Amino acid sequence: MDYHPYLPVVFFLFFGLLFAFGSVFGGALLGRTTYNRAKAEAYECGIQPTPQAHEGGRVPVKYYLTAMLFIVFDVEVLFLYPFAVAFDQVGLFSVLAMLLFLVVVSVPFVYEWSRGGLEWD
Amino acid sequence: MSLLTAYPEIAASVPLLTEDLPAADFSDTPWWLSLIKSSMLFTYVMISVVLVIWFERRVIGQMQQRPGPNRIGPLGILQTAADGIKLFFKEDVTPKGADKLMFYAAPLIVASLAFVSFAIIPMGGDVEMFGHTTPLQLTDTPVAVLLVLAVAGVSAYGFVLAGWSSGSTYPLLGGLRSTAQVISYEIAMGLSLVAVFLYAGSMSTSQIVEAQQQSTVLGIPLWYVVPLFFSFVVYVITMIGETNRLPFDLAEGEGELGGGFHTEYSSMKFGMFFLGEYINMFTVSALATTLFMGGWHAPWPLNVVFDGALDQGWWGLLWFTLKMWSFIFFYVWVRGSLPRVRYDQFMALGWKILIPLSLVWVVAVMLIRSAQEGYFGDGRWVTVLTLGGIGVFVLAGILVWDRYAQRRLAAREEAREVPEEIDPFADGYPVPPMPGQRLVEPQPAVEQARPVTVPAGPTDGDDSTSPNDDDKERRG
Repeated sequence: MDYHPYLPVVFFLFFGLLFAFGSVFGGALLGRTTYNRAKAEAYECGIQPTPQAHEGGRVPVKYYLTAMLFIVFDVEVLFLYPFAVAFDQVGLFSVLAMLLFLVVVSVPFVYEWSRGGLEWD
Repeated sequence: MSLLTAYPEIAASVPLLTEDLPAADFSDTPWWLSLIKSSMLFTYVMISVVLVIWFERRVIGQMQQRPGPNRIGPLGILQTAADGIKLFFKEDVTPKGADKLMFYAAPLIVASLAFVSFAIIPMGGDVEMFGHTTPLQLTDTPVAVLLVLAVAGVSAYGFVLAGWSSGSTYPLLGGLRSTAQVISYEIAMGLSLVAVFLYAGSMSTSQIVEAQQQSTVLGIPLWYVVPLFFSFVVYVITMIGETNRLPFDLAEGEGELGGGFHTEYSSMKFGMFFLGEYINMFTVSALATTLFMGGWHAPWPLNVVFDGALDQGWWGLLWFTLKMWSFIFFYVWVRGSLPRVRYDQFMALGWKILIPLSLVWVVAVMLIRSAQEGYFGDGRWVTVLTLGGIGVFVLAGILVWDRYAQRRLAAREEAREVPEEIDPFADGYPVPPMPGQRLVEPQPAVEQARPVTVPAGPTDGDDSTSPNDDDKERRG
């Protein structure tokens, strides 16, 4: 059989899964189990648990903003990778094109920064 | 770079075209040998993790002038094993509000995926194993480094699912923080890797190691930590942020969030998160070794003595392990030295400093490489100097603009009306004073006639036993 580069990754993942499943379910079997109503409550230093998002609790919206910014930049970085690998074959034109691309991506970044989108209050 | 441009004969010896870099050769590796190598690598990683937990506690102990764990086994080396066995027999609690399926899936994702990245790390040269010649590397692909980034991305699911599925407030916040942290720092990390790919012209780990070995100055291999020092610094900062380690362990800051995303986890499910964190430390350290520190190759004088006998085969494992553990020691050292940063400071460091500076640095590396490739003609000195000037100019511009933005922010902060005095009980419940504010002094009885400016609130007529007599009198 020919060598396939991802087959060893599958083997290795198999060992990892074996270990993880064995530990988690082995631990669940070996540990003692007692029921206690207070213990089953969410841990909040002894006070009544606050409502969760799905029960009317709230989550700071800043995290969504970060996630959206991340998508812009992650795609940008991913475009840089093939360019970097093929750098010695693509010539000056691609360098200039990439510079233009970076400038275009930087514009919304600067805009968001100046509008205070990067501040955590 | 100036050395290379000043001495054309040296520059000529630096191979800039890397298309014929030797990659790890797996043609003589049957599938069963891959399976055996997987189990060996798994053992290597597990032993490393068991050792590092003990190592960290010992080193932190010495830094804090206490012995650290020293009872179980020689020098306490079996402490981790004892802790693991204890964890196995602990009660496995699933909270009432938890989403059962995801609550179990999260630790499985974190622990099993943590291993995968190690598959592409080259740990040594070619060795003889069961009659076959095979490299000390599980596998290599043309996009090997991308595999590490992909696995890191999927591991983030483990953390956010753990936080969400617990059905509890602190884990939810910890999971959100962890995700925001990982994705924010992944951009700067990705940008710092672009510079490495620009130099090596490849994303295959074995080829990157070879590229570092082949780019020499005066016969000394020029590891990428030297020409790409800024990328290295950014990578080291982001690798600490990515792995949730002090001073960036905001996702599990016990002073703020209970325990963060794993607050509700117990027994071996907690153990999986613990293990995953340490394996991730090894993964990013191994990647730093591979990309910036010459991989498994011996440091300079040792790679030429005895005709390079110390720089091949199983010897690579020794150098690789030493380099990786020096990063681990750095982790522990940082943890022993620095306090945790504040969350807004942490995000500001990532978004306002690391990302813009990395972008400028990537552009600089791009232009320097263009000059080396001769895209701008033959006047290499001139182009490099001009581009360096432009780079400094842009950098200075960013810094000035940031200073200006900070000052504007401070001005806005200052312009906000803050009354000079504050009556902490004006609204019926205690309010702390703002910086620079004075508490209202308890007034002596003769000045009671002064008009009362705040609404009196509910009268506490029969509250004569209140210890806070001053406050009551003044309001009444």
